Amino acid sequence: MSKILEGLLYSETHEWVKVEGNIATVGVSDYAQESLGSVVYVEGFQDADVAQGEECGAIESVKAASDIMAPVSGKVIEVNNEVLDNPELINNDPYANWILKIEMSDEAELNNLLDATKYQSICK
Amino acid sequence: MDDKLIFEKSSNSRIAYDFAEYEHKYALSDKYQRKEELLFPEVSELDVVRHFTNLSKKNFGVDEGFYPLGSCTMKYNPKINEELAGLRQFNNVHPLQDEKTVQGCLEIYYNTSKLLEEITGMAKFSFAPCAGAHGELTGLMVMKKYFEERGEFNRKKVIVPVSAHGTNPASAAVCGFEIAVCNCVSDGCVDVEMLKGMLDENVAGIMLTNPSTLGIFEKDILTISKLVHKNGSLMYYDGANLNAVLGYVKTIDMGFDIMHINLHKTFSTPHGGGGPGSGPVGVREDLVKYLPNPIVEKKNDKYHFVYSKKSIGKVSTFYGNFNVVIKAYAYILSLGKEHISDVSRLAVLNANYIKESLKDEYILPIDRHCKHEVVFDGIKDHKVSTLDIAKRLLDYGYHPPTIYFPLLFHETLMIEPTENESKETLDGFINVMKKIAHEDIEVLKTAPHTTIVRRLDDVKAARFPKVKYRDLL
Amino acid sequence: MQYKYFPHTEKDIKEMLSVIGVNTIDDLFSDIDDSLKEKDFNLPSSMDEISLRKHIFEIAKKNKELNIFRGAGSYNVYVPSIIKPILERQEFLTSYTPYQAEISQGTLQYIFEYQSYICELTGMDVSNASMYDGASASFESIMMACNHTRKKDVIIADTINPNYLEVIKTYSHFHGYNLKFAKSKDYILDTKDVLAKIDENVACVICQYPNFYGYLEDYDFVAKLKERKILFILIGAPSNYAYIKSPRELGADIACGDCQMMGINMSFGGPYIGYISCVNELLRKLPGRIVGLTEDVDGKRGFVLTLQAREQHIRREKATSNICSNESLMALNVCIYCACMGKKGMYEVSDIRFQNAHILHDELLKHGFKDVNKNEFFNEFVLEYKGDLNKISKQLEKQGYLSGLIIDKNKMLFCATEMNSIEDIKSFAKMFEMKEAL
Repeated sequence: MSKILEGLLYSETHEWVKVEGNIATVGVSDYAQESLGSVVYVEGFQDADVAQGEECGAIESVKAASDIMAPVSGKVIEVNNEVLDNPELINNDPYANWILKIEMSDEAELNNLLDATKYQSICK
Repeated sequence: MDDKLIFEKSSNSRIAYDFAEYEHKYALSDKYQRKEELLFPEVSELDVVRHFTNLSKKNFGVDEGFYPLGSCTMKYNPKINEELAGLRQFNNVHPLQDEKTVQGCLEIYYNTSKLLEEITGMAKFSFAPCAGAHGELTGLMVMKKYFEERGEFNRKKVIVPVSAHGTNPASAAVCGFEIAVCNCVSDGCVDVEMLKGMLDENVAGIMLTNPSTLGIFEKDILTISKLVHKNGSLMYYDGANLNAVLGYVKTIDMGFDIMHINLHKTFSTPHGGGGPGSGPVGVREDLVKYLPNPIVEKKNDKYHFVYSKKSIGKVSTFYGNFNVVIKAYAYILSLGKEHISDVSRLAVLNANYIKESLKDEYILPIDRHCKHEVVFDGIKDHKVSTLDIAKRLLDYGYHPPTIYFPLLFHETLMIEPTENESKETLDGFINVMKKIAHEDIEVLKTAPHTTIVRRLDDVKAARFPKVKYRDLL
Repeated sequence: MQYKYFPHTEKDIKEMLSVIGVNTIDDLFSDIDDSLKEKDFNLPSSMDEISLRKHIFEIAKKNKELNIFRGAGSYNVYVPSIIKPILERQEFLTSYTPYQAEISQGTLQYIFEYQSYICELTGMDVSNASMYDGASASFESIMMACNHTRKKDVIIADTINPNYLEVIKTYSHFHGYNLKFAKSKDYILDTKDVLAKIDENVACVICQYPNFYGYLEDYDFVAKLKERKILFILIGAPSNYAYIKSPRELGADIACGDCQMMGINMSFGGPYIGYISCVNELLRKLPGRIVGLTEDVDGKRGFVLTLQAREQHIRREKATSNICSNESLMALNVCIYCACMGKKGMYEVSDIRFQNAHILHDELLKHGFKDVNKNEFFNEFVLEYKGDLNKISKQLEKQGYLSGLIIDKNKMLFCATEMNSIEDIKSFAKMFEMKEAL
């Protein structure tokens, strides 16, 4: 059973979001980490302007690769270099290791995301 | 066993070549000269020969044992074909010689097209594509061009079944198409109801292989082609599985308009560790004008290149992998009309024999007559993974089947025996597969035990890529 | 049914059918609509080995082997004697893609060595395991650059191989890239025109070095490209880079082209082998297979296919390319060639090509040709002639020569390699004195 943290918001594409002011910190969920297996590569599009649901990075394991979808629209203002250099951190603890931060352009979009309970129901 | 890279065998000032003495009369300006030192091995000729001979011993080829790699058609590669393709008159001609001086090459291209036309019913083949995926891309370009010429620029979508080989959607994407995925019903055939709903004015065509990647003949193929044509769309045939119906069904009769053939599968040219292949594209009569330039025609007993103004253009530097085509030509002539249909008949017989013999030990998701290959969904009760079974087969001297493809099942094991394998060979394989089914789980999970290296760490390779000699220094 | 490639006896077939539970092989095809079953294939009768050999010998004899002074993308080069017997070893020839690493270390190691040679020659950080040919490798390089920069405009020098240009045009048309052609003068790229064409939509600039006409160009726009994050792609033959500046030294981000010059027969145009190598930053955009070094469970060194998540079998329509089969055996050919030539030979073979081309150039100048520019060249060059080149080409062909390629009505692109002896070169140049030629 994969771990889901209370207090975070989630996208249907398995990203988690933590909101502080107008900054959204983004990572991938434990469910995503488990389905990928050993993560070997993480990428975030530094300085990119992204729309909600658009690619803002990529994550890769030996057997799969997937895009990281922007859970909110805005500009990617920071990418976690520690995770880029040590992709296994995502397997160790996907919630402690964020991937990128987005400066939100439309905070109302947060309403489109799921809370922990709702996210739980799609992780089956 | 020797496991050094050739770079690690280097010793200052050894050489493995010689050229006649020559005068160093002209000099290149300093600003154009390479400055960086070249880190290349310095070894003797025998060092080179031993190095590669020893490397070869770490490989496994069709000539030494059973190689039932599904969807790859690892059939016997006759030696006569190698001999004939190796003739100096074929190897020593420049691609830009005048047509009059390369009549032999042009005749090979022309004759091979004629034979493939008869086998498939298509009107003409281009040999420009160098591999199957290259053929797919070329065929899709022909499809797109057809709609451009008709002014139907809205046809931007290509339908690909969920069971398709990854190259199908990837080729469609390189060709600038959008991809729409069609589901399969439980027997692996296209979900015709779903397909009906998908067909609209934006669909350019559908890519299918028949039999499907599950080795099952698409029973509704005529219904599908009628629906697709009625929608104004085209049918693309991926020749990956042509061996199953070779000399039995003509591709054009199933309603296909464009196809490619993998000469390295169906027509026995060797796979060479992953290439060179050849992926000729064939089309129905009205699409011939769109084939890559040039194609070869015959007039007054002479062969000529013909260039079409409507062609999609060029897709390879010259005319494709000519030398590979000679081998396929020789193979088809060897078989002749007497034996061509025996290829599919015996390939299908062999696959069904394996299917029946293993279904007590392995999960058979579709219990129908298969064609040239059979798909299992792993071992009964899934007591070990398909990967474990594959690795254990290595200990018994077999090349494992294709694993984890197609993606329809979790533990896919796809076996393609080909027509060249005898009942004794199949029985030997069947016995080992049955034996493995009853082996100790620990032995399976830690297999292979007898190979020169054992399971390798993929994660380490991908996390810290070391991809050249300098990365080890 | 008795036939040399089929082992099945009547008894075998009967036993197998009974295990399957059907009466005839045709029963296994009962799911195929009867209307689809073709009764008659109008193919020739099966040919026995003696007849087949004779038939194909007869066809082969219709080709004419010539004394070659033409390059233009395919070169008459030395093929060391040790290459063929090694390529024909069944372990290399009859195996497939090294999916099962434990029994494919031979293939995996030579690909690793091939990647090492390509990186060494081009100066790049990573190479893949091979592409189809130089033309398709060039387009795939453009695709890498466009994916990386997320832009769709490409500046392309009109001094690249015209066949490559045709292929790039075809692919770009269907894929949806915009090509902007940078002009040339006297067979040399006008770098000012490259600079003039740069704008915010440009993903990359692609040139050939030496260019199609053999000349060494000066890329004075590289700093500008770096500044604007536009990628620089160089097409070229890797073997040349043992002698002339490597793409890395010239500031390229991607090096691509064809390795045919490294001991591969001309074979009427194929199989050859395309290559792509690039700087580390573009590793994840590189198409095709890549081999990496790792360890097995006992800590022993071994090789595997790595970074496969970029490829079509995993990423499907989102893959970096659709390539699956490549030209692996040709990569082995390149490996054997490189090992054979070694550090000294790689330089020497290029030097011989350079010397012979310059001897040919000077000899032709003595026999009615003149230069089209003053630029330095490597082993190909263009000369202008006062006579009818078409006519003389045909006459030379009768004498057993393949002269240069006519690229304009009075201009010819010549080539010399290590296969042309000085005597050959001199007697070839003399042929242009023939009265009939003028």
